[in-house]
Amino acid sequence: MASTPDPRTASSAHAKRTFHPSMLLYDQRYRSITIQIFALFVLMLSAAWLIDNVINNLRLAGRTFSFGFLSQSAGYDINQRPIEYTSQSSHGRAALVGFINTIILAILGCVLATIVGVLAGVLRLSKNWIVSRLVTVYVEIFRNIPTLIWILIFGAVMAESMPAPSSFRGDDPASSMLFDAIAITNRGIYVPSIMFTTELGALPLGPVAPSLNWILVLGVIIAGIFANAALIRHATRVQNATGVRPKTWWKSILILFLPVIVIFIALGAHLEYPELRGFNFAGGTHLRNSFLAMWLGLGFYTGAFIAEIVRGGILAISKGQSEAAFALGLQPGKTMRLVILPQALRVIIPPLISQYLNLTKNTSLGLAVGYMDLRSTLGGITINQTGRELEGMLLLMGVYLAISLTISGLMNVYNSRVKLKER
Amino acid sequence: MSDTHAQTVAYVRSTMIEAADPPSSQTGAIKWMRENLFSGWLNTVLTLMSLLIIWMALAAVGPWLLNSVWTAGSLAECRAVLDGTSGACFSVITDRWHQLLFGFYPPEFYWRPVLALILLFVALAPVLFTALPRKLLIFTALYPFVGYHLLWGGSVWFPVSAALGFVAGFVAYKLLGKVNNLLAIFAAILTPVLWWVFAAGAFDAALSSVMPLGLEFVRSDRFGGFLISLIIGVSGISLSLPIGILLALGRQSDMIFLKTVCVVVIEFIRGVPLITLLFTASLLLNYFLPPGTAFDLILRVIIMVTLFASAYMAEVIRGGLAALPKGQYEAADALGLDYWKAQRLIIMPQALKISIPGIVNTFIGLFKDTTLVVFIGLLDPIGLSNAIRADTNWNGIYWELFIFIGLLFFIFCFGMSRYSMYLERKLKTDHR
Repeated sequence: MASTPDPRTASSAHAKRTFHPSMLLYDQRYRSITIQIFALFVLMLSAAWLIDNVINNLRLAGRTFSFGFLSQSAGYDINQRPIEYTSQSSHGRAALVGFINTIILAILGCVLATIVGVLAGVLRLSKNWIVSRLVTVYVEIFRNIPTLIWILIFGAVMAESMPAPSSFRGDDPASSMLFDAIAITNRGIYVPSIMFTTELGALPLGPVAPSLNWILVLGVIIAGIFANAALIRHATRVQNATGVRPKTWWKSILILFLPVIVIFIALGAHLEYPELRGFNFAGGTHLRNSFLAMWLGLGFYTGAFIAEIVRGGILAISKGQSEAAFALGLQPGKTMRLVILPQALRVIIPPLISQYLNLTKNTSLGLAVGYMDLRSTLGGITINQTGRELEGMLLLMGVYLAISLTISGLMNVYNSRVKLKER
Repeated sequence: MSDTHAQTVAYVRSTMIEAADPPSSQTGAIKWMRENLFSGWLNTVLTLMSLLIIWMALAAVGPWLLNSVWTAGSLAECRAVLDGTSGACFSVITDRWHQLLFGFYPPEFYWRPVLALILLFVALAPVLFTALPRKLLIFTALYPFVGYHLLWGGSVWFPVSAALGFVAGFVAYKLLGKVNNLLAIFAAILTPVLWWVFAAGAFDAALSSVMPLGLEFVRSDRFGGFLISLIIGVSGISLSLPIGILLALGRQSDMIFLKTVCVVVIEFIRGVPLITLLFTASLLLNYFLPPGTAFDLILRVIIMVTLFASAYMAEVIRGGLAALPKGQYEAADALGLDYWKAQRLIIMPQALKISIPGIVNTFIGLFKDTTLVVFIGLLDPIGLSNAIRADTNWNGIYWELFIFIGLLFFIFCFGMSRYSMYLERKLKTDHR
């Protein structure tokens, strides 16, 4: 028996001793390494080929690769300027203005889409036949028609169907302002803006220089939110210890709103109303048609998708959960808040993140209605004027990539906090 | 006892009274309305608000639609016919429908795209409905070449020589497959490439000079309208699924280098807007290719749209792969299947089934995204609507064009979503 060795050990010993080149392809241990080295080789070859082509093409065109154009004078106007900008400012500053416009649109768009989407998603589940049908029609129409068409439609609604500023004139005008404060015209919507009598000046923060008043207000609001969170944590601790939850709602309202009101009064905040002057309205904040078309178009389009996500999330929670909650004696409102929503959010959040990302990327359609976002400034006029396609597009892609990765990173942190903790 | 009782009672009813109808508030439409529309104050308010919205929409759009003009030469004529009343001017559609559908495709050749579309449905039928005979798939495989020839025309030998490349690869694979599997795969990739690079051009030229067959050539810049959306959409859809599967498998792979490459590609493409990729196709591609090369803009756009959709597809399929129980992978290993066989026979059929809704959503998104090509100067329906508005006859017309274009997109996208629901129902294997 001992004279016939086990064939397996013999062969493996044999494999260890001799290495044959064919084993690179046929032996499982080496094959994946071979494939990867081959892939790396191919990748480096193609990268080298592409870079070589770029260098050759740039040389043939007699150009260099540089971002110097960003400091040249831009020479074009931007209608929506959240920060100071004139046509003498540099291309870099124009890109910054575009970037801020993109961010403004993305944030406000996400807010609108969430509100519309949650409302529509809940209403579509309503037992009310007519409401659920109406919402179904909204969702299907918006989901199945391209967002670009919706943006153009909202642009046309604003520009074609709204009254001209001149129709607000006279003793018996054809149109009147909503609540004497908001003017909806075919040149955009004019809303009152908050002004301060005491100006604290601007924070010298490089090119942006935000107003100190608003930073103060924002700081107070954020501090209020944190204080409120601490209050709620305290209430939970008391409840865990004693079984009785102290009443917090009036303290919350006090903490959240009183300091803001105090700071507004201290700074002398007042509303500046839009007024008809000459051929147009002046004063207040002017929401341009381009912004409104983008905002409404993106908001309602993405809202339809969010509605489906919310509906799916609520439906994904099994009926037993709400029955169990009722059996415990929870009221419907508390059932929703304490049992259904926390579980539904887990299903809802990941697709919601990708909808926010989609909306942010779709802000790049601004050019269709003349909204001066990053794509229209840096990726549009600047590239056309300077002829720096390569640098401009690389920068543009880099910025969008950074925005996308930031959003998905932030939302992933939130997602991991609400995620099911499996033990 | 009972007898005496029987005499004291004058009348005993021996049959049952007919059941009375329930009260009118508990039946029919009224009950339904009470339960579905007015069950509480909130529901009542919602119902009334919905009715108000419907009424306002109908009041605004109804008369305008009913009072529409279909036969006028210009917007001014329309307004003259309407004579101050509100009404739609669908004459722009009757006047320009051929442009919105075909762009500037030569009118005498309209039958070609129409035939290509009909054949597309024939080619799709065996893919979509498994009940049809499998032999039809041969036509599906041939369709890309037939469709190309119908749409662009030119010498018939060009698509034939291109198709011969695939045939050559297949033959090489079959011949060498008996000798050595790995060698056969290499040959199957290498032979078509060699054929296309070295022999196809000569073959095409030789046969074209001997036997000049073919339809008249139509340049790419004549393409437009819904035709271009369909071309980009259909090619993008059919190409993005296989590429997406490969990317998803790469991302799930154990090979760390391949995995990294796939992750970077997917995250990069998903992180930038499609429009920047399209601009890359139209502006930057010349930088990345050898000096002097230029190729068709539609082809470049198809490549970019496909890449974009593939990255999304990869994530959808990755979700499906992740949802599969690990036991399925282990079972495939236990049966002794190699990687590709396990993927083809066990993993993919289940993973793809799980991801059907996501896949179709990606398709719908891709098809809607074809409208973005207007930004790089291709005349898709939106580009043409701008062009039509630039004509003095139709300057200032919006709604009619939007309705027409929107309706076309709606029909296709809604159809796709309904098909996905049908497919989900058909493939559902759990609790029926």
